[in-house]
Amino acid sequence: MFDGRVLLKQVILLFWPLISTWVQGAEKIDSCQLQVLEMLSSLGSAGGKSAKPSFVSYVTPEEIKSEKEPSRKEKHPDLLPGEVVFCSASTVLKYTQDDLSQRGVFGVLLCTNFRVSFVSDEEPTEEMLFKNKLYGENDIPLSCVDNIYGDKRKLITGGLVKNKYPSKMIIHCKDLRVFQFSLSFSKEEDAKKIFQGIVHHCLEPKSLRCLFAFSYCENTSYPGSYTVENTSKKQTVMFDSVEDWTQDMKRTKGNCRVVSENSNFELSPKMLTAVAHNHLYSVKTEDLSDTLPTVQDILLSYNKFKQFFLIDNTTEFWMSDMKWFSSLDNCGWLDIIRQCLQKAVEVVESLEKENTNVLIMEEGGSDLCCVVSSLVQLMLDPYYRTLLGFQSLVQKEWVAGGHAFLDRSNHLHLKDKVESPVFLLFLECVWQLQQQHGPAFQFSETYLTVLSDSVHVPVFTTFLFNNDGHRDSLLRAESPHTQRSPLNCPTVWDWSVQFDCKAQDLFTNPLYTEKPKQDTSVRKSYRPRHLRQLSLPSSAFKTPPKKGFFKDEADNLKKILGVKRLSRWMLSPSSDSPQTSSSVREFYEAWQTKPLDYHGLLLPCLDGPSIRVWMQRYLRWIHDVQILGGGPVAMLSKVSEILGEVQELQRQLDRHGCTLTSNHKGARPRAKTAAAVIAARSSVRLSSSFPFVTSRNWAFKPAIPTSLLQSLMVTGMPGNLADREDDGGPESLV
Amino acid sequence: MRRNILDSEYTVCHYTTVIQWKMLKYSLNLTGIRVTKVAMGDSSKSTSTSRSDRSTHAAKPTFAMSSDNVSISTDFSPELRGRPKAVAKVLRDSKEEPQLLPKESVQDMAKDVTYICPYIGALRGTLTVTNYRLFFKCMDREPAFVLDLPLGVVSRVEKIGGASSRGEVSYGLACKDIRNLRFAHKQMEDSLRKSIFEILMKCAFPVSNGLTIFAFEYGQVYPENGWKVYDAQAEYKRQGLPNESWRITKVNDHYELCDTYPSTLVVPVNIPDEELKRVAAFRAKGRIPVLSWIHPESQATVIRCSQPMVGVNGKRSKDDEKYLQTIMDANAQSHKLFIFDARPSVNAAANKMKGGGYESEDAYQNAELVFLDIHNIHVMRESLRKLKEVVYPNIEESHWFSNLESTHWLEHIKLILAGALRIADKVESGKTSVVVHCSDGWDRTAQLASLAMVMLDGHYRTIRGFQVLLEKEWLSFGHRFQLRIGHGDKNHTDADRSPVFLQFIDCVWQMTRQFPAAFEFNEYFLITILDHLYSCLFGTFMCNSEQQRVKEELPKKTVSLWAYINSQPEEFTNPLYVNYSNHVLFPVVSMRHLELWVGYYIRWNPRMRPQEPVHQRYKELLAKRAELQKRVEELQREVTNRSASSSSERAGSPTRSITPVQTFV
Repeated sequence: MFDGRVLLKQVILLFWPLISTWVQGAEKIDSCQLQVLEMLSSLGSAGGKSAKPSFVSYVTPEEIKSEKEPSRKEKHPDLLPGEVVFCSASTVLKYTQDDLSQRGVFGVLLCTNFRVSFVSDEEPTEEMLFKNKLYGENDIPLSCVDNIYGDKRKLITGGLVKNKYPSKMIIHCKDLRVFQFSLSFSKEEDAKKIFQGIVHHCLEPKSLRCLFAFSYCENTSYPGSYTVENTSKKQTVMFDSVEDWTQDMKRTKGNCRVVSENSNFELSPKMLTAVAHNHLYSVKTEDLSDTLPTVQDILLSYNKFKQFFLIDNTTEFWMSDMKWFSSLDNCGWLDIIRQCLQKAVEVVESLEKENTNVLIMEEGGSDLCCVVSSLVQLMLDPYYRTLLGFQSLVQKEWVAGGHAFLDRSNHLHLKDKVESPVFLLFLECVWQLQQQHGPAFQFSETYLTVLSDSVHVPVFTTFLFNNDGHRDSLLRAESPHTQRSPLNCPTVWDWSVQFDCKAQDLFTNPLYTEKPKQDTSVRKSYRPRHLRQLSLPSSAFKTPPKKGFFKDEADNLKKILGVKRLSRWMLSPSSDSPQTSSSVREFYEAWQTKPLDYHGLLLPCLDGPSIRVWMQRYLRWIHDVQILGGGPVAMLSKVSEILGEVQELQRQLDRHGCTLTSNHKGARPRAKTAAAVIAARSSVRLSSSFPFVTSRNWAFKPAIPTSLLQSLMVTGMPGNLADREDDGGPESLV
Repeated sequence: MRRNILDSEYTVCHYTTVIQWKMLKYSLNLTGIRVTKVAMGDSSKSTSTSRSDRSTHAAKPTFAMSSDNVSISTDFSPELRGRPKAVAKVLRDSKEEPQLLPKESVQDMAKDVTYICPYIGALRGTLTVTNYRLFFKCMDREPAFVLDLPLGVVSRVEKIGGASSRGEVSYGLACKDIRNLRFAHKQMEDSLRKSIFEILMKCAFPVSNGLTIFAFEYGQVYPENGWKVYDAQAEYKRQGLPNESWRITKVNDHYELCDTYPSTLVVPVNIPDEELKRVAAFRAKGRIPVLSWIHPESQATVIRCSQPMVGVNGKRSKDDEKYLQTIMDANAQSHKLFIFDARPSVNAAANKMKGGGYESEDAYQNAELVFLDIHNIHVMRESLRKLKEVVYPNIEESHWFSNLESTHWLEHIKLILAGALRIADKVESGKTSVVVHCSDGWDRTAQLASLAMVMLDGHYRTIRGFQVLLEKEWLSFGHRFQLRIGHGDKNHTDADRSPVFLQFIDCVWQMTRQFPAAFEFNEYFLITILDHLYSCLFGTFMCNSEQQRVKEELPKKTVSLWAYINSQPEEFTNPLYVNYSNHVLFPVVSMRHLELWVGYYIRWNPRMRPQEPVHQRYKELLAKRAELQKRVEELQREVTNRSASSSSERAGSPTRSITPVQTFV
């Protein structure tokens, strides 16, 4: 059907500024097809809303309703559309996290098809500024549960909990919150049920159909897909249509042909300035499997790393504080981040300096390829550093690019899936770039943190599927109106599903350096439009993925070239260097000498102290490390204040300009300034975990380390310096 | 005449700071290079605009000049900051020697010296040694490479090995500011002639060689006399002292009670001077408990002193016990007194062998003793030595955090901050008076008391307030700067040297990181203080005590660092400062929130310098605001002056309004 050579070119392609990597693993397609089959069969046998063959609820919703007293009913959280309570228990004690004294609040613990929820008996406290509309601070979406521990911190695994329940249950969440509940005050029946229910729904394998998204979407009048609804607005490019790809190629002046015959998930833009006529001699391949850690390594490392932040005990926290730096080194997480960034810089170097196209490969082609290729684009193309650009990038490289979100986050708790925080790794790398070159990014750190949390909220289509084909077939199958349009689920980019406008303000970086205006207009003309998206004949882009299509191409290429590390052989025989890092180093240094352009190429510094821990994400829930009255928010509020003043002044100027005769004395700049100053001063009452923790927990008490190192350092001290007197006379050399 | 020179000098400064930023921007990648090429156009312009006669000008201190980058780590290498004026001068005539300060004189000059830069490689150029600085310039590179450092920074000069095969001799310079320099030059053919490095050895250590420290020669006149920044009476008055419980005593007016204490002391009202003397007999070096700070509301106090002379036999002093009881009674809010002993308990106990020790809770009823486990000056010195190994010249990438941990530097910082935090917490939350001491009460005690005061009192977080704090808690209370730093002393192995003050500044920096809007000063301010801690240009950090300073007539014979700093406060101002006034800062002392001060310890490494200082954005924003404010005011004036008439085109039209994110200028 296809001319082999044409295809080859399409695959190899060409990557500045869009690096598209489509090396699709055959095994992945198999698995996703299997899932589809599984789904279909399960649908066939079960009707209605309740039980499916692979899923047995311990308590049916009806049971709960009959059991419940009216008073207790009020304790329910506001259920979302399609949310059903499975079981609940009252007089559950939730320990206050920052307290060793076993104090806490009593309330009702519920498990629904969406979340584990604790509803306090006490009056609800003040509203949070940064409230998530889908779940509150005492709610844990089921997919967000990481681990559950019982008494004596015994790890609970599913399946083995018949008739037993621990008196204390600790839940570690994937967004790093830690909840501790005591079940010993509840009725035994209730306690047993809630414990078993939570374990069952959070830990045991389930079918995709049980994910909340399906029941949510069936029951919401969600107004069609995001893209359709907001056609008028500027928006995220979804890369689910040929238009999107074509437009993006136009934007980047690529001159590749979009291959739409195959499916909707590939294209190959080409760099206009590409040197070579013969692609084979201008392509450098990077086999990431050779140089970067595997997805298993990533998971292992992250599991060690996250332990430093899942704090349920203050004493332990301060104990671990002493060895903090070496523990950081030992878990290797920051090193993996550095390696990914370094690989991306290497690719950028090839593209920029050597004008070589780069083909990034790995087995499967949708994990580290996604990380590296999106990082490369982020470094090269300022468009991707805008909020919408970034979302489009994720959409292009990750969603359309076929990153197996479902398997990697393992929402279904299937044993045979490789769970790995690859997307989080990418966000980590982005954060590193962002903290080194703040003004280059339109989005804020808070945005990245929220995005990393959203992966575990099983509502958004963005993160629920393994690839586009998977998504399309499932949504189609799930649609209640089978003959009509597929099920409409929100994408994560529709932030209004989670946050109101005010909260969304925190997603933007007030110090972002916007591109000078004349360029903006140019940019606009390149922005893709979404006019005819749905009117396209479906056959053009909705055909199911062909098995092994790209895999074959990669194999082909390998065969032709006959070597594993093509780069060495092809690029320059002399560059037989395992010392890639030194060339990266030089490349960085050369870049560093040039004046910084926030709208040009950005490279990260990779030296030891430059790769840091993403404080906001990892430390936000830990009471002891909240800087009260400090942290980035102190800076943020001051900057906002100044910006407010600048705007106000500008307004005044405008007003004066227009109506010089009107009463100009009404609004002096001072008046506004005063108000703004109060705002800045109120940052005294915020903490470094803003906006994630309310100021209600404000206690004007410092966290005093519970264990100061006594003799720790004296060991290994040469010449017993520690025993000497302060005044260094010879007599003091005891 | 003098006046005129100063005036025009300021004009120069004004212009040069504008261009300085540009220079920096282009020079970042090359360590120690003052970029001359880029600056050329601008600085010559600035000189012509300023209309000043350069040759009559007194040049500004080496590190001290400008660079308008506010408080960012990095880019503060003094070399980079350069002196705009000197740069301009050098540019004009491409001289290979530095622009000299008043009274600075060239001691020796050698051509064809090689500087072996760890980042760039070997550079051949001319080396000049004056009585103040070492100046190396390599003209082969474009832009020219300049190394310019005060001799005070040099801690040791060593000849490395014999003559090499190529007939070169090599010299190594270890510096107090976390770097080492290496030079080489041809073996002298005339064996009678001294190598420039022998001259250097002489000039770098004036104290050891019977020469004068340059601070005593430097005669720059600044608009303000920095020695007047701190007035003990005024500072105590600010705190509301004297009051009904506390009095200011003159008992130490001639340093007879205690020769390492200041002349002005605050003690409880009902303890007469005679009793003070008896208390002094029981405290090491006569350093009796005196008030450092009083809480404006609760009247809880921070008291500092030295260890009690308890000894092995557990000696007691009724006077000392009564004295501490009186201190407790002066604060009606609490019936307790906390005594913070900065040392590890083992060391405190070991001190009994030498007559010292700590307060027993038997003898001091109502007092609670807490050990803060901070190690002694030797441990700190060793830790800094290790740190230097880890960060200079290159950072090993793979095990950075483990290597950092092995230096224990941040652990020490954590312990000091944690100690100060506990003190501040007791005073603020517990409304309890605290007594702080270590052995002699001039190292760890100074660190703890002054840090607690920074946390408790917003005044000390201002530029001038911080100067007062240093003058008070460090200089007047006898932190032994001369011994700890070893100004002009060649004995680099002296066991009295220790980075105690550096640690304190590091702790303050950690706090500025955690509370970015709570400090009026920026990072550059702290780095400038540290640079001049060693530079021997100003008299501020000379001598060991107030008594010695008076005796040496430092205020008369030398210039204070504060005179220089206060002559251009805008350089040192944090653009994001929000005056929190009475807000108390409790920093988080977890390792998770402490970090190595890259902008100081790793500033020589060009890779670690950001291309654009973070605060540049804020400065631009502030400039934008100032510009708009000016325009609004102009317009308003215009409106009031003019009768109601047609619209003016001068004001921006609505289309020109900017968005909040548009911060480019």
